[in-house]
Amino acid sequence: MTPTSLNHGASAARPPAAGTFRFAAHTARIPALAGVGFKHTHLDAILADPDPVGFVEVHAENYMGDGGFPHRALERVRQDFPLSLHGVCMSIGGPQPLSEDHLARFKALVDRYEPALVSEHLAWSTHDEVFMNDLLPLPYTEETLNHVCSHIDRMQDVIGRQMLLENPSTYVVFENSTLNETDFIREIVRRTGCGLLLDVNNVFVSATNHGFSPMSYLMDYPMEHVGEIHLAGHAVQEDDEGEPLLIDSHDAPVADSVWDLYSIVIRQSGPIPTLVEWDSDLPDWPILRAEAAAADRILDEAAHSFLMGKSHAVGA
Amino acid sequence: MQSAPEKSDLNAAGFRAAILDPVREKPATVEGPRGKQAVKRFNVYRNNVTVSLINALADIFPAVMRITGETLFRDMAREFVRAHPPVSPLLFLYGHDFPAFIEHFEHARRMPYLADVARVERAWLTAYHAADLEPLDPQALAKIAPEDLEGAMFKPHPATGLIRSPYAAFDIFDANRNRETIGRIDVTRPQDVLVTRPGMDVTVTGLPQGHGAFFASLIAGDCLGDAAEAGARASSAFDINEAIGGMFATGAFLSVTTEQT
Repeated sequence: MTPTSLNHGASAARPPAAGTFRFAAHTARIPALAGVGFKHTHLDAILADPDPVGFVEVHAENYMGDGGFPHRALERVRQDFPLSLHGVCMSIGGPQPLSEDHLARFKALVDRYEPALVSEHLAWSTHDEVFMNDLLPLPYTEETLNHVCSHIDRMQDVIGRQMLLENPSTYVVFENSTLNETDFIREIVRRTGCGLLLDVNNVFVSATNHGFSPMSYLMDYPMEHVGEIHLAGHAVQEDDEGEPLLIDSHDAPVADSVWDLYSIVIRQSGPIPTLVEWDSDLPDWPILRAEAAAADRILDEAAHSFLMGKSHAVGA
Repeated sequence: MQSAPEKSDLNAAGFRAAILDPVREKPATVEGPRGKQAVKRFNVYRNNVTVSLINALADIFPAVMRITGETLFRDMAREFVRAHPPVSPLLFLYGHDFPAFIEHFEHARRMPYLADVARVERAWLTAYHAADLEPLDPQALAKIAPEDLEGAMFKPHPATGLIRSPYAAFDIFDANRNRETIGRIDVTRPQDVLVTRPGMDVTVTGLPQGHGAFFASLIAGDCLGDAAEAGARASSAFDINEAIGGMFATGAFLSVTTEQT
């Protein structure tokens, strides 16, 4: 289940490791434990916690400044934890070529911090130079498939390793879409060799918003390529017809229905590194830590049954 | 070679145009599932984009927001976001045009000092993310021959910012960022503000009389002798030794060269 590094022959170009990381570079397997999104307000608490989380994840763009406290904090936390580097602004789902400047900044972070996982979104955020600071949806067509695949090829070439692609949460559909999302994603994996980041909350949000079954989505999803799972809280609004419209808000605990879905995924596929995201209205550390512990309990159960010889039941 | 734009390009262009324009209709290709409407649905994206960018400005300019109150700040920020959306995915680079926008924002006219407070806050964030470089060591001056000192030129540290204000920009910034209760401030007192980052912590310094002209001259690349003259012209109280002390105490400079080298 763990993505292996693509062999692009780029290893010679990597700078010498600082030698201060307790967990080795990305060639090592990341443990299938629960991690948390790293926020600076939690730095001291994370480091002092007697029951450390399995890994931490950061939004790459927050560390694209030249220096200062953000890099100091990330260096410190990286000394003690495996890292997942999660890009939010690459705009892989847009029609225009990726920004070479942004790619270079991303590669510099990969080289400097040696993350165990690298991921980005099936979404776009930049068009005609304007950055919209949101994960915007795209129609699923042969044309957009070509764009996305060439963008992922480019990104994997630049960083010299495999990336994971995250499924989106969406609020609208496009009349010109000709493929469903799972077929679109499966074809991307086939063409680019990228891995997948399965966001279970996003599946639940999109399924509710568009009226399909989250289970049938997961049955169609190429689970054998998943290298990481995301869990997060969502908010509830109403759509134009007064029915529930879920918003991927990352500002609350994971919903019970999402925990249920996650349990099913893990029971079927075995333990997978799982991240609890919480990006606004940040809780105190013990609350976030408890969310990760809840994921760990589900992962532990699955690890035990896997020792007894179960194997993947959901797959391509 | 000129070719017709692809469908996906039109889709993205339509999305982008409608997202930042509240009176424009959603793109025609956007719909709800199974024949549902998509007005509220598209507005989720509008709201995400607009609110997240307003929040980004609120994070960069907390003192400005404390002065204006949240309602006026968000009104001002919403107009700014729609007129000047970010052109980089790095939001810590956003808002360099916001102080100039504030200057011309009608409802902020009775607070003419507001733009300069915003300039200090923008400089603060630039300093926060600047490269980790050691400021110039005071010993560097001792190595320069006395006759070369006047011609010495200094390269500013990447964190360094100078805001020269006809208002009490430092006092207003300091009170609104760092104090729970704000006493009386004579806002008409001109103040020059130096922003630096000698270590990990951003330092904001209200400069003594004449030092603003001195630092501005050095940052512009003038030699020490010319900068000292500029300081003396600006204030009869200007003291060159005190000013040189300030150069090193604040860590505003990175390196020094003399005309001979």
